[in-house]
Amino acid sequence: MSYLVEMRGIEKRFPGVHALRSVNFDLRAGEVHALMGENGAGKSTLMKIMSGIYPRDGGEMLVDGHPAAPDSPRAAQRLGIGIIHQELSLMNDLTAAQNVLIGREPRRSFGRLDEAALNRRCEEIFAQLQLRMDPRAPVGAQTIARQQLIEIAKALSYDPRVLIMDEPTAALNDAEIAELFRVIDTLKTKGVGIVYISHRMDEIKRIADRVTILRDGAHIDTLDAARTPLSRIIQLMVGREVTQSAPVIPDTSASAVALEVRGLSRGKEVRDVSFSVRKGEILGIAGLMGAGRTEVARIIFGADPRDAGEIRVAGKAVDIRHPHAAVQAGIGYLSEDRKHFGLAVDMSVRANVAMADLGRFTNRAGVLDEAAMKRTALDYIERLGIRTPSDEQDVRLLSGGNQQKVVIAKWLLRDCDVLIFDEPTRGIDVGAKSEIYALLEALAAQGRAIIVISSELPEVMRLAHRIAVMCEGRLTGILPGGAETTQEHIMELATRRGSALTGAEEAI
Amino acid sequence: MTTLSTDAPKSALSRLLMAVTHQKLLAFASLIVLLIGFSIASPNFMQTSNMIAILQATSVNGVLAIAVTLVIITGGIDLSVGTMMTFTAVITGVVLTFLGLPLLFGVMAAIATGAFCGSCSGTFVAKMKIPPFIATLGMMLILKGLSLVISGTRPIYFNDTPGFSEISRGSVLGEVFPALPLPNGVLILFIVAAVAAYILNRTVLGRYCFALGSNEESVRLSGVNTDRWKIAIYALAGAIVGVAGLLIASRLNSAQPALGLGYELEAIAAVVIGGTSLSGGRGSILGSLIGALIMAVLTNGLRVLSVAQEWQTVVTGAIIILAVYADMMRRKPS
Repeated sequence: MSYLVEMRGIEKRFPGVHALRSVNFDLRAGEVHALMGENGAGKSTLMKIMSGIYPRDGGEMLVDGHPAAPDSPRAAQRLGIGIIHQELSLMNDLTAAQNVLIGREPRRSFGRLDEAALNRRCEEIFAQLQLRMDPRAPVGAQTIARQQLIEIAKALSYDPRVLIMDEPTAALNDAEIAELFRVIDTLKTKGVGIVYISHRMDEIKRIADRVTILRDGAHIDTLDAARTPLSRIIQLMVGREVTQSAPVIPDTSASAVALEVRGLSRGKEVRDVSFSVRKGEILGIAGLMGAGRTEVARIIFGADPRDAGEIRVAGKAVDIRHPHAAVQAGIGYLSEDRKHFGLAVDMSVRANVAMADLGRFTNRAGVLDEAAMKRTALDYIERLGIRTPSDEQDVRLLSGGNQQKVVIAKWLLRDCDVLIFDEPTRGIDVGAKSEIYALLEALAAQGRAIIVISSELPEVMRLAHRIAVMCEGRLTGILPGGAETTQEHIMELATRRGSALTGAEEAI
Repeated sequence: MTTLSTDAPKSALSRLLMAVTHQKLLAFASLIVLLIGFSIASPNFMQTSNMIAILQATSVNGVLAIAVTLVIITGGIDLSVGTMMTFTAVITGVVLTFLGLPLLFGVMAAIATGAFCGSCSGTFVAKMKIPPFIATLGMMLILKGLSLVISGTRPIYFNDTPGFSEISRGSVLGEVFPALPLPNGVLILFIVAAVAAYILNRTVLGRYCFALGSNEESVRLSGVNTDRWKIAIYALAGAIVGVAGLLIASRLNSAQPALGLGYELEAIAAVVIGGTSLSGGRGSILGSLIGALIMAVLTNGLRVLSVAQEWQTVVTGAIIILAVYADMMRRKPS
């Protein structure tokens, strides 16, 4: 059996880290080869070596049996290797077509652009994907899911023989994922080899032919996807058994209501949303992309204005028009985009933790008390189990799960009674997920009210004591947590569209 | 349904178009308001001769603003355009006055010198990864010093080159159409603007200006040689600065080596008033042109109204802040 790509004994070192230790990986034509492993296991590093972004420090790479060493993304493209990056890397100020064909613009003489040809070619690519989108639409105005599709179109436009997909479905809803899988099937029949990186276990079973597991930069095993149970894959990934359990739901009916919202509305995004959370309760908010979950959180937190509605904290109406007011009322919001909104990634763990409440560490002359900040930071590092060599480590060097814990530490320092977590485990690996779950449960047990917004149904079902489901800006129902609620129940509410009247209004 | 998603590109596109045109309208409307305001305040303002004086005063700053616009759209900044302009003028002086070569050589020397200086800045930024602010700050001082060294700190006059002062002050247009006595300097400004706008919107170089300013890493990962393009953009900006060097030398009929500092800030101010985003990825030549005109109209109008020069500077500063504030208000998601 010949291989499209074969990597043998790949070595990679970063300052202070042995990122890849003699890793083997191969890819056949027409197969989907899933690459699994916790964050920091070396998946992305291995793929960046394959696609010419990083040089390797050792080992060999064969393409079609010939030694190859792509030293730039362009060199890899010439070898037929394309990659869809985990983080969206589009140019928001350009149009879809300009993004898809960047670097390969149809040109006329003297470097002049042929914009009409550019849009035509992009339209053809979209047509192959059966994607209905105007090539002239500016990318910045698209939803994340649409941007992801543009990114995929861009990678496919190179006609790659090897396509690396690094978490392509992180921002897609079920219908879009189904479409993506259809595209992948088409590519398979054309003989394209696909490397598929994902944290979503269910996807591996659906599309992968083989699975390679990495752990701590080492190759653990390569298995047949159909014959290997998921629990075995997870076990190999984390190096121990992880059990998926339903939550133990405490009786909070006697507890005081910590947060209540009534009739929250904002344009078409949020329509007449009402719910309440008691102390010690975890309320899950489920729904598809664009259902308005994050928008609700942002209104409660004062990040966006509201058209109508009332917010009551501990029974008292509060007028929250600014995040500052929300924090004073004891509401914390942990954004889904940690790097942009949650952390100063170039600063130390200590500085990030203390940032939430610098006044506490400042004397009357305005001088910061480093010793006190260090004590506090070390305290949280221990309490939350943040894995970092010291409190002076830069946050960007921590793994996703530990970064999330730093964000949580910030909000705990503020002593918030209501904590809203927006996609708390996005981009976090399986092992660290359970730790975050345990942390959220501990916070609830301390009497805080927790709201968890999540696109992953298993996550909501694992955590939530009650599950609020949204669809098109409306709250379509609240389900009890625990074993009796199934994914089907949630999906039924998540797809319950508005009445015919509202539908007609939207069609205009 | 087999499509991945439904779309409403029309509305999104038209919304964006509206926003872009709106910003140009905002700057343009301010210009009109200023013109009307000043002509009501003083009958001397709306004279043909005064209008031409305003355009003539815009020409140097306008050309510099166009050069800086290209760099700013990439997400960079060029602080060296003022002293680079002087340096190209001094080199022209060396070629024409010291060496006695024909006029055309002087013109080519100015543009080539500018392109070379720009490619140096571009190399510092792209290859040596020095932040544009620092790289061009260093370049600004280097070129200021070199101008003084080469000229021996004395002005170089162009008395031996007949026709040099015609570059800025003559009027080719006026000879053909006596009713339109537009000085050559202004004509050159408009030509430079038209060419730059074409390059920016219709060529690969222009596309990469926007792309680099929008998301440089993404462009690099797409297999584009970003370093080379960035150097090319700085070089093009430098060549345009060379044109500004010719204009100012011609207007003064001399290369003044001590001149230059401060011009870069005026040019950046014009770009900002014209609505180009300092964070890169957005901007237009027309906007910068209008920005430069607004500044010239202000200076001229306030002078006609006999406002002290010190106050003119204060007003210009306030206008910059107002312009950027208005732009941000407009961008704010409702």
